[in-house]
Amino acid sequence: MIADSLLDLIGDTPLVALRQLSPTGRTIYAKLEGQNPTGSIKDRIALAMVDAADLAPGQELLEPTSGNTGISLALVAKLRGYKLTCVMPANATPERRLVLELYGATIVDSPANEGSNGAVRLAQELAAADDRYVMLFQYANEANPRAHYEGTGAEIVRDLPRVDALVAGLGTGGTLMGTGARVREAFPGVIVAAAEPLPGDPVMGLRSLDDGYVPPILDVTKLDRKILVSNAESVVAVHALLEREGIFAGVSAGAVVHVARKIAEELPEGSTVAAVLADGGWKYLSAEFWSAVDVEESMERTLWW
Amino acid sequence: MSVVRVPPVLREEAGGAREVEASGATVRELLEDLAGRMPALGDKIYDGDEIRPYVNVYVDGEDVRTSGGLDAPVREGATVVLLPAMAGGKL
Repeated sequence: MIADSLLDLIGDTPLVALRQLSPTGRTIYAKLEGQNPTGSIKDRIALAMVDAADLAPGQELLEPTSGNTGISLALVAKLRGYKLTCVMPANATPERRLVLELYGATIVDSPANEGSNGAVRLAQELAAADDRYVMLFQYANEANPRAHYEGTGAEIVRDLPRVDALVAGLGTGGTLMGTGARVREAFPGVIVAAAEPLPGDPVMGLRSLDDGYVPPILDVTKLDRKILVSNAESVVAVHALLEREGIFAGVSAGAVVHVARKIAEELPEGSTVAAVLADGGWKYLSAEFWSAVDVEESMERTLWW
Repeated sequence: MSVVRVPPVLREEAGGAREVEASGATVRELLEDLAGRMPALGDKIYDGDEIRPYVNVYVDGEDVRTSGGLDAPVREGATVVLLPAMAGGKL
């Protein structure tokens, strides 16, 4: 395989059967999004959002992010020749800042005590004050679900002869909306299921109901199931993926596999479940939970995806 | 009787409790029962007709918005989780 640009290697990720973790008579296929160029599913939406924005000369990209989306945007911005500024809370981890800086992004700090809401607010203020900035905002950008409709979903439909359930993590809703719509077109009876993180008290404590937010691209009525997964359940599944299937996956992938196994057990024998694993475990190596006795306690201060 | 887990943002309305009890065979009955005992808490999550937009209610881990809404069944001894609707995802 020869590619002209790393961007041509985004998507077309493989599906691998989880022979050890699938309930008897059912097959769970894991779609390995960690095999994208920067190691996560966000490469797909970064490319789609940047190209849809079609920046004019002098314009620059701006996004509140300290996660996978920032790294993906940094790669796409570099190869498309755009400047990128990422707004993130001042207490984001050194690894997160360093990787973005190495890819060439500029970092602007938002107040640590305002968390991710503060990063969104500051980014909006910067974009409003300076028309050089174009804020893509993945939570409200239609190119996000479209990338999954045209990519992730189309690939699953192409590769699997039947899909009885589709499971993905719920973040912006982009993966579930886009992939779900495409898979449902091909397999009208499919169960589209969201795995949702149960946030720890310290994470939730920062929010009030007035800060409540449902991403504009998320239409909950398009989901057949929406299942809460605890940090402990996610990490148990992350360990099982590594020990029994050799797959080193991130925390949200653990939650997705937890839900995929639950739904596969409810389905009749012969059923096929597609599970979208958003990233690999590499970015979580410095986390304490790998060896923690009390996983909930060690994880509850952080939002993991 | 079911156990209802209360998020930090609603604990003041629950008299400081992390968990409260409520009974009902459906989500509607359970929320009516909760609202009867703790009106302040009930008002924050349920307007008498619908679950408020920025509140999610889960019964045994399933969001009731995708499992039958207010008519979703609640088994004896179920765990009910209340959560503020947050933007999912790490930014």
